[in-house]
Amino acid sequence: MSTMQTPNGFTLDKSGQRVVVDPVTRIEGHMRCEVNVDDDNIIRNAVSTGTMWRGLEVILKGRDPRDAWAFTQRICGVCTGTHALTSVRCVEDALGIEIPDNANSIRNIMQLCLQVHDHLVHFYHLHALDWVNPITALKADPKATSELQMAVAPKHAKSSPGYFRDIQNRLLKFVESGQLGPFKNGYWTNPAYLLPPEANLMAVTHYLEALDFQAHIMKIRTVYGGKDPHPNWLVGGVPCSINVNDTGAVGAVNMERLNFVNSVIDQTIEFIDNVYIPDLLAIGQFYKGWLYGGGLANQSVLSYGDIPENASDYSPENLMMPRGAIINGKLEEVHEVDLRDPNQIQEFVPHSWYSYADESKGLHPWDGVTEPNYELGPATKGSRTHIEELDESGKYSWIKAPRWKGHAMEVGPLARYIIGYAMGREDYTEQIQLVLKTLDVPVDALFSTLGRTAARALEAQWAAHKMKYFQDKLIANVKAGDSNTANVTMWDPKTWPSEVKGVGFTEAPRGALAHWIKIKDAKIDLYQCVVPTTWNGSPRDNEGNIGAFEASLLNTKVARAEEPVEILRTIHSFDPCLACSTHVMSEDGRELAKVKVR
Amino acid sequence: MGEPRALILGIGNLLWADEGFGVRAVECLHRQYAFPDGVRLMDGGTQGIYLVEHIRATDILVVFDAVDYGLTPGRMKLVEGDEVPKFLGAKKMSLHQTGFQEVLAMAEMMGDYPAHLLLIGVQPVELEDFGGSLRPAVKDQIEPAIRHALSYLQGLGIHAVKRPRPLGDHVGISTAETGLRSYENQRPSEQEACRHGDARFMPDEAR
Repeated sequence: MSTMQTPNGFTLDKSGQRVVVDPVTRIEGHMRCEVNVDDDNIIRNAVSTGTMWRGLEVILKGRDPRDAWAFTQRICGVCTGTHALTSVRCVEDALGIEIPDNANSIRNIMQLCLQVHDHLVHFYHLHALDWVNPITALKADPKATSELQMAVAPKHAKSSPGYFRDIQNRLLKFVESGQLGPFKNGYWTNPAYLLPPEANLMAVTHYLEALDFQAHIMKIRTVYGGKDPHPNWLVGGVPCSINVNDTGAVGAVNMERLNFVNSVIDQTIEFIDNVYIPDLLAIGQFYKGWLYGGGLANQSVLSYGDIPENASDYSPENLMMPRGAIINGKLEEVHEVDLRDPNQIQEFVPHSWYSYADESKGLHPWDGVTEPNYELGPATKGSRTHIEELDESGKYSWIKAPRWKGHAMEVGPLARYIIGYAMGREDYTEQIQLVLKTLDVPVDALFSTLGRTAARALEAQWAAHKMKYFQDKLIANVKAGDSNTANVTMWDPKTWPSEVKGVGFTEAPRGALAHWIKIKDAKIDLYQCVVPTTWNGSPRDNEGNIGAFEASLLNTKVARAEEPVEILRTIHSFDPCLACSTHVMSEDGRELAKVKVR
Repeated sequence: MGEPRALILGIGNLLWADEGFGVRAVECLHRQYAFPDGVRLMDGGTQGIYLVEHIRATDILVVFDAVDYGLTPGRMKLVEGDEVPKFLGAKKMSLHQTGFQEVLAMAEMMGDYPAHLLLIGVQPVELEDFGGSLRPAVKDQIEPAIRHALSYLQGLGIHAVKRPRPLGDHVGISTAETGLRSYENQRPSEQEACRHGDARFMPDEAR
């Protein structure tokens, strides 16, 4: 029998033609997907695998816990700051260190800044090309493009026909020179692209504007983090002093710098309100009939929550980004999540290239074991070094399978928005309703690839406004005479107990992120990271439940099996970051996607 | 226009043995030499799109990196101008390289490409060694690599001044916590921590 039912309710059928996409990410990391399509080109089985091993946990063993953040922020080229923040939080949790209010505000601003930046760059520079065809933009009428923009984004100033003509000429020069750069390797004749030339030209223009603007956003991080592009972090607070009365203090953040941050935040809000959100809605109008890719979104979603209003209080009531778990599609019941409970978050490895003493059981990260075991299933085609086709009945990924109380969960912006919506949070509900109303789609439309892309845009908007909130709070507090940014009373390891453990979490742009640490005699005894892409990209578990990537691909119709733009579209909507979730070298980091149809 | 602007950039992941060459080279250069205003030294790590603005804002770009040229391990090779992007994407190597090639393309698309570009690459000896440092053959190339960078910059009118005393290990251009000495000295033992990758990337004898 080639058909199989998973405990979490999906039907898998691997009888059809097998399509292999490797790698599927544009820039970060290495991931491979194999799907079986039936005679109608509909995906009936999906296998996602992380093809590298990163070894971070073992690099940290025995090191000073106060240094761990600097190592974790080297895991990857994108979410540096969120790993660093998670790391200092886990050490503070272990040692019972409370941070000052200003440090909380600054950390929140930096985390929100990362959210905004990451979502913007994801939409325009990683994901847009799954929806937007830059080649047909060359055929657009600049005047009609100008009219389109004035209709969908009336508040954006750059909209004259001459402006669009200039961009078109620049694009033409680029294309004619034969070096397509970021636009190479696209499937530009594929019928899955639905935008008219004018919408494509508008989107490509904003691609360039966003590329320019994103650099500006990151200056916020440089003001508070000092070093660029790897900001500084500190266990106990932030390594940045504030002095509003002095303009000359070396290294201190003065009023001039604070005002500069204010202005960048205002411009960011403007760009998102006037360009990003209108683009999302404009592109959404053309694709709202393409509602594939929901996967686990309408059944099981998880968020740890983030952005504490008050310092050092990680209870759900104090977190502005919601914490909770929804299972089996019951939106009316949002479960509390406890990262310390050994029975809640567990990682399984029966289908991962690791070994446990008993693989029928999962392990909580504090009891985590990372013992590599590269062993292939009996039906694998190819060799150990050149796999042609994986055997998903055996071990098939470098990603472990984390589960919440046994459930495979989706994490990320869409999960956060579904949980916020289910909790009835006003800010989340208002934003969602505006999108549903504008696109004239029912709430179920959220549970899709497009929903994930929309949630990311809404969250960028939300985060930009919250950045302003914490910036105002910081300035008010400093003006009231509190310039404290760090608690160093526990800096000296002599003040630490001999054995402690802790957990730190954040909501990274891609989803729930946590680090678990055990400290023994002032050294790291154990360090485990469970990252968002581990959740979303997980292989099957001991019971055969499939993870979010695999579930999201099922039942999608592909226009051309040899040009799997639909697969890329859905996987990219999660913004997978395999540098963190798996463990180093790719066999081939050069090609965008190598597709094999078998 | 005043003095030409220059960016000296080290890229790579310092957690993976010789992948750290670029970052270590620029750190070492910074400790030994001071530069005039308008010259920036940067540890680019594995950053991608964040680096675009810095590339756009320079006239001269010097990049230190571990590059797979298919040469004898430890060999250094210099590539200039238009040839640079080709080499950055030439072979399988690491996460950041596809990214950096794209970074250069994005800078070009924005119409700001450095007028002068030099890639100082060293063929790595070892990459699959998590938490490892530079191998001696690669580490020995740091000083020659720095001399090449200095003479290239000198040819373009930029003169570095040797510091009377080099800066300490903890005065990096990047985070002090990952400074070379403590990075090497605090490393866990091999018994404690597995250092290797999987079979596809591991030489047989290491298994």
